[in-house]
Amino acid sequence: MDAKTVVISVSIIAAAFAMAIGGYGPARALGKALTEALDAIARQPEASDRIMRALFVGMALIESIAIYAFVIALIILFANPLIGYILK
Amino acid sequence: MKIFNVFPETIFSIGPVHITDTVITTWLVMIAIITISYFATRKLSVKPSFFQEIIEAVFEAIEVTIKDILPVEPWLVIPVLGTLWILIGFSNLAGLIPGLKTPTADLNTTFAFALISFSMTHVIGIATQGLKGYLMHYKEPTWLLLPFHLIAEVTRTIALAVRLFGNMLSGDMIAIILLGIVGLLVPIPFSLLHIIIALIQAYIFGVLTLVFIAGGIRTKS
Repeated sequence: MDAKTVVISVSIIAAAFAMAIGGYGPARALGKALTEALDAIARQPEASDRIMRALFVGMALIESIAIYAFVIALIILFANPLIGYILK
Repeated sequence: MKIFNVFPETIFSIGPVHITDTVITTWLVMIAIITISYFATRKLSVKPSFFQEIIEAVFEAIEVTIKDILPVEPWLVIPVLGTLWILIGFSNLAGLIPGLKTPTADLNTTFAFALISFSMTHVIGIATQGLKGYLMHYKEPTWLLLPFHLIAEVTRTIALAVRLFGNMLSGDMIAIILLGIVGLLVPIPFSLLHIIIALIQAYIFGVLTLVFIAGGIRTKS
């Protein structure tokens, strides 16, 4: 195996792990946030507007963690800065 | 076989400035919004027509949301934030039209939006309570947290841009990857999901900007 093969195969595995681990945490957090919000709405249906708004904003913030993992995976796959050293 | 590309491509260059297809799509979106606004605001009447009803509903939704969150006069924010909201919403949805590329799936576009949001935070903070009063909010609760405030200013702007970019790009990529595997009709449910995500992300962008603005204004309590 030459250096190029190593870098490319490691990049693919790293991208897969980045998505797998980076998706796991936010998925659990989103589930928990939704459960709690539904619980709160069941207790106080009249406050559902404010709860839903807070839920949307919170979910976007949680989801952005998964999006960061996705962007990192994209950088590894399509714009890998390290591969330039080898192809030189 | 034509290879579909989700990343922006340069169409032509003016000197050092590269005009990509996402920029051209943004211009088309702007033309569409201006045209719609022009024709919707002709012949306004007290008994609203169908179009006027839609515009009024959109406007009222924006006004109510801003009034709920912002502790000061909402008219400082409504014109620019409402425009930002509508522009991001249209841009997110533009990619669903065949032949157009989603403008917000380009990091440059979302960074431009995030910079608008960043400067809005400071301008409105200074406009409502003066330069000194605005700078005072950095020392809440203590002076020790000043570096973290400054770091947060930068990271939250980057996070705002990357969030919108990542969401829109992932939607496009899912559609294109599925198109490569199964082809006909299967990507449609994912496109429907993409519509929801596009609208929610536009909403989130505006609401987060609003929350940042409200965070910069110290409520007198």
